[in-house]
Amino acid sequence: MQQLCLKNRDMINIEIKSWCRITNTKVLLNGEELEIPLRENTSWLTNIYKSQKIDYPKYFKMDTLSKAGFLASEIIMRSLNIDPLEPKPKWSIISMNSSSSLETDKNYQQTIQDTNNYFPSPSVFVYTLANIVTGEIAIRNKIMGETLFFVHKDFSPHHLYQYSIDALSNDSIENLLCGWVEDGDNNIDVLMFALKKNTKVNNFNIENIKTIY
Amino acid sequence: MIYRLSDNIISTLGFNSKDNYSQIKNGNSGLKLYENRFNLPEPFFASLIDEEEINDRFSSLPKTTNEKYTKLEKLSILSCSDAINLSNINPSSNDVIFVFSTTKGNVELLEENKEFEKERVYLWKSAQVIKNYFHNPNQPIVVTNACISGVAAQLTAFNLLNNHNFKYAIVVGAEVLSKFIISGFQSFKALSMQMCKPFDRDRDGLNLGEGASSIVYKLADNDEVLPKERIEFISGTVRNDANHISGPSRTGEGLFNAISETIKGYDTSKLSFINAHATSTPYNDSMESFAIERGGINNIPVNSLKPYLGHTLGAAGILETIISFHSLIDNTIIKTLNHQNYGVEKSIIVNVSNKESKKPAFIKLISGFGGSNAAIMFEKSGYDKY
Repeated sequence: MQQLCLKNRDMINIEIKSWCRITNTKVLLNGEELEIPLRENTSWLTNIYKSQKIDYPKYFKMDTLSKAGFLASEIIMRSLNIDPLEPKPKWSIISMNSSSSLETDKNYQQTIQDTNNYFPSPSVFVYTLANIVTGEIAIRNKIMGETLFFVHKDFSPHHLYQYSIDALSNDSIENLLCGWVEDGDNNIDVLMFALKKNTKVNNFNIENIKTIY
Repeated sequence: MIYRLSDNIISTLGFNSKDNYSQIKNGNSGLKLYENRFNLPEPFFASLIDEEEINDRFSSLPKTTNEKYTKLEKLSILSCSDAINLSNINPSSNDVIFVFSTTKGNVELLEENKEFEKERVYLWKSAQVIKNYFHNPNQPIVVTNACISGVAAQLTAFNLLNNHNFKYAIVVGAEVLSKFIISGFQSFKALSMQMCKPFDRDRDGLNLGEGASSIVYKLADNDEVLPKERIEFISGTVRNDANHISGPSRTGEGLFNAISETIKGYDTSKLSFINAHATSTPYNDSMESFAIERGGINNIPVNSLKPYLGHTLGAAGILETIISFHSLIDNTIIKTLNHQNYGVEKSIIVNVSNKESKKPAFIKLISGFGGSNAAIMFEKSGYDKY
């Protein structure tokens, strides 16, 4: 297989401003583990939501994929002291995963499987699109650049890097939230970066993505 | 510079681009009423491709693997095969990348799956199966971005060609309909029970359609003698509304931004037409009128292709781009079928009869769930006639 590599051209510096990793047991912000007290009868993601004192009622309507992506973006944006209400025309969002919206697809299928117990609901159906997670993050943060969703069999640092470079090559875009957001088989696997271009620091590269993941 | 080498459309109206284009030019629609299909309690108005004909045509293709294929994969392979044959490229070459656009892939396997392995419902798996048919060595790219997938996939392909080591991109979009998709749109009350009415006062929803479509693009070499007749990619942009996950911004914020960015620095008097998304839902069409007016291109005729083939979801952005290519070459602005009484908030020119225009460019608009919007613009040169 051909290795994806950039053609010779003017390279732009890209800096990782902040990153967040969420798995089934841990939340890392720039490498530091956040303390998440566990409440009874509360899901892992909602424990994260509560421990971070996030106040965004729309969270409770989201499916697991959107919740996971939303929480990572929220932790990142707070660490950068960025006001969610400030319009962000120069920010884009790119997400990738393996199972698209399969967990919600299965839930939705249960509502239509049986003709005698048929109750399709628009509020479930809308989350059978994986890119809704990018929409949720865009709405929360007034991000008005590009929002794209890609599917790969496995986490692919090469492709994450490539899509990020492509997104930031756009003259009108300066910042990017990008990452892997997966909830397949109820395994939460999120790695999200906030990137900024034309910085002095240039530390966003495939090796760094691999190390952090 | 990137230009188109070839294309294909598979729909109820035909198995190649030319047949689809001529049916559409003649005002024929592939939409009809289906009752008791997919075990759905309610009837629906849509465009479904005959499965027997797909199987028939598929069985006449060369057998290149031992794989069994789903309807979606057969359609995609049939579509790519025709486009590849017309382009004369070698799809198994290292410098060819497949970009696959779909919203739901093989989702109907969730209802019943006796024939295929479990992972067949993953979008990456379908893409792999499709590119393996052609013995392509590269990991395929899958774009799933709701209704704008087909345009987003083309823009992704252009990035791959411009910034990375590929020379040819095969962009393929496909969607098959199922109980899953239709029940979902019905639950949203988004479907019309008759042929949809773009930009019409009485529009009451969209129609869904099945389709596969592919385009082969080439990145021109520095020293290449370009073909005299060609269609070039000019620019394209994706922008989010940041407003609502299942409805557009009323004033078309994201689409307006996508249009502005796409036409920046371009002489829009060269635009022959605007191919709108125009699904015929009350919100979408009105939003588009805002975006087109705000973008300052409301002096250019607008058309919608939805009354011919319905909304083909992940295929739509590619399929409608291809019909627009052919109508551009044919110097014809295709009419918006079934538009009777103007009924959107802002003032735009809805094209209601096939009109001659020799202008060289068009812009295609598209919007979808998740707040995403896109615009993409192409220009022709050298063609004398269709």
